[in-house]
Amino acid sequence: MGKADILKAVKKNKPEELPIPSLDFPTSNGQDLKSLYQERLAAGGGEVVSAKDKVEAEWIVKERMGDYQYVAGAFENLNTMDLSAIRDPHELELLDMAVFEGLLGVAENGAIWVNEESLVHRAAPFITQHLVLLIREDQLVDKMHEAYKRLRSQEYGHGVFIAGPSKTADIEQSLVIGAHGPKSLLVIMLPPA
Amino acid sequence: MSHPSEAQKFVKNENRVNWHDQSLWHVREKRDKAANLFPEWEELREKASQIKSHALSKLDYYLEEFEKNATANGIKVHWASDAIEHNEIVFNIFREHRVKRIVKSKSMLTEECHLNPFLEKHGVEVIDSDLGERIVQLAKETPSHIVLPAIHKKRMEIDELFQKHLHTQPSNGDANYLTAAAREHLRQKFMQADAALTGVNFAIAETGEFVVCTNEGNADMGVHLAPLHIASMGIEKMIPRYEDLGVFIRLLARSATGQHVTTYTSQFRKPREGTELHIILVDNGRTVQLGREKYRRSLHCIRCGACMNTCPVYRRSGGHSYQSVVPGPIGSILSPGIDMKKHASLPFASSLCGSCSDVCPVKIDIHKQLYTWRQDITRETNEEPAKQFSMKLMGWLFTHPNLYRKAGKFGRKALQMMPRWMVYNPLNTWGKQRELPEPPKQSFQEWYQQNRQKNG
Ligand code: SF4
Repeated sequence: MGKADILKAVKKNKPEELPIPSLDFPTSNGQDLKSLYQERLAAGGGEVVSAKDKVEAEWIVKERMGDYQYVAGAFENLNTMDLSAIRDPHELELLDMAVFEGLLGVAENGAIWVNEESLVHRAAPFITQHLVLLIREDQLVDKMHEAYKRLRSQEYGHGVFIAGPSKTADIEQSLVIGAHGPKSLLVIMLPPA
Repeated sequence: MSHPSEAQKFVKNENRVNWHDQSLWHVREKRDKAANLFPEWEELREKASQIKSHALSKLDYYLEEFEKNATANGIKVHWASDAIEHNEIVFNIFREHRVKRIVKSKSMLTEECHLNPFLEKHGVEVIDSDLGERIVQLAKETPSHIVLPAIHKKRMEIDELFQKHLHTQPSNGDANYLTAAAREHLRQKFMQADAALTGVNFAIAETGEFVVCTNEGNADMGVHLAPLHIASMGIEKMIPRYEDLGVFIRLLARSATGQHVTTYTSQFRKPREGTELHIILVDNGRTVQLGREKYRRSLHCIRCGACMNTCPVYRRSGGHSYQSVVPGPIGSILSPGIDMKKHASLPFASSLCGSCSDVCPVKIDIHKQLYTWRQDITRETNEEPAKQFSMKLMGWLFTHPNLYRKAGKFGRKALQMMPRWMVYNPLNTWGKQRELPEPPKQSFQEWYQQNRQKNG
């Protein structure tokens, strides 16, 4: 049962081999990726602000976090929770705000790629009430094709494209932000390295 | 069971039909906007279709390649010939881990396998975590749409449902309030779950990983907290290369809801440290469909739901009238393949206008396959169903003035575009024994309104 049966049935029923297409989509150069990124992220319910350097980015986060009790992530000075000291991800339920460095941004859809290594805990960007992602302008690509070309060589156990706050429209199609995960996504855009 | 008689129940309430129709049409319009935004849309559809055709033609090879690579990644791979085997595999893993409570994120495959009642019978608490799915679960219903499971439910009905089950206050159907209540309720469930179950949008043979797309983040909330993750996938979800994902991710959300991408595109390659990750590759009739040359391409489907949103019959008859796990145009191809007798009426629940084929991101020739099914069903039963089904369908459309007006607008377009063989064939009772008049470009009503407006 199972495997042997399925493979036998596939072999018997599949058609003659058909060719696989090549995927050479041109990358559009000269496009203003930053403003396209901004527009597309906004369509997904996220917000972009620019910072001239990491110091300014930290200042922006500090301002946004207000009196949140539990903050964790990229700015050690601001952290009230040490992600690497946590063993059980259930403890992350307390997180008010998490800040992570994005590894790649996609202009056509506003998505930012993060993986397990930068997140420390896979659950962190989902369970936190508010999420902040940092991205450098030169980490933006125009389309998903280019993103996957770059990710090809990356090793990860889990990685995720995040393109906005958690949302739903399951009640009469009215859009509600903050379904299970973060109620907001702030992307801080930094200049090229 | 037959679609016309089930649809009769839905069309009784004309306001509801109009509301349902408009909600879905709105989603269809958003899809158009997203698709028209860049020039390579058609090229993407073509590539997606070619990748799928190729993948199916070497499916045995890719399944084994996936198993090899996923296993090397530390994922446990299982194979299930049918729904029963699938459910038993799930339950055996649960038994081993003493699982009592699970959270599930939307998976049409587990619906197809009737997993929930099976697990509940064995004492496992199953919580569907996608909000729409949770709503229909509380209402003891099934999803009426594969992407928008509760699209048939009015906000006041959800309000009452939540009052009863989640002890909310009456809120006059306030979507923000109700979603916040569901958020609290489900967060508790995520925290308590012993295991998480998800579906799979795409599996990549080359890297042995799989992808799950959601807007709510419910799949991720479940799997990143629980110590055990089981993913169930139909074997047709296999794609060959890592870079193929670029094509499908670009098409999926845009076709489904008009978003550029889902909020989360989550990729799983290895189990989280200290936890187990299982994947079940399920056949359940797919290899049989693979052997049916005429219907093989239906296995391209990436479950975006676009064909439902655009279908004039689906929009006016509601998903439940199809009485099948996957409703709408694509369901009407898949279901008769599983049980022809039971689903004999479904291929007739279509105007054959071709709109489904036009929006399908993987270029399934849906309306042609529906027409082919009509012939097969007619041949294998008798000529009756054809007449019976199309008469009934049109019958209910024409008894509702408001529906009739809209259907007319649509019919005029369709008649202008449809090839002759489709209008004058033995199955179309309306083309029989009469030449249909050249369809007018406008109805009198449209003309009157336009000119009256012009003239002030
Ligand atoms: S048949 Fe095409 S349009 Fe319909 S759900 Fe499948 S992929 Fe989407």
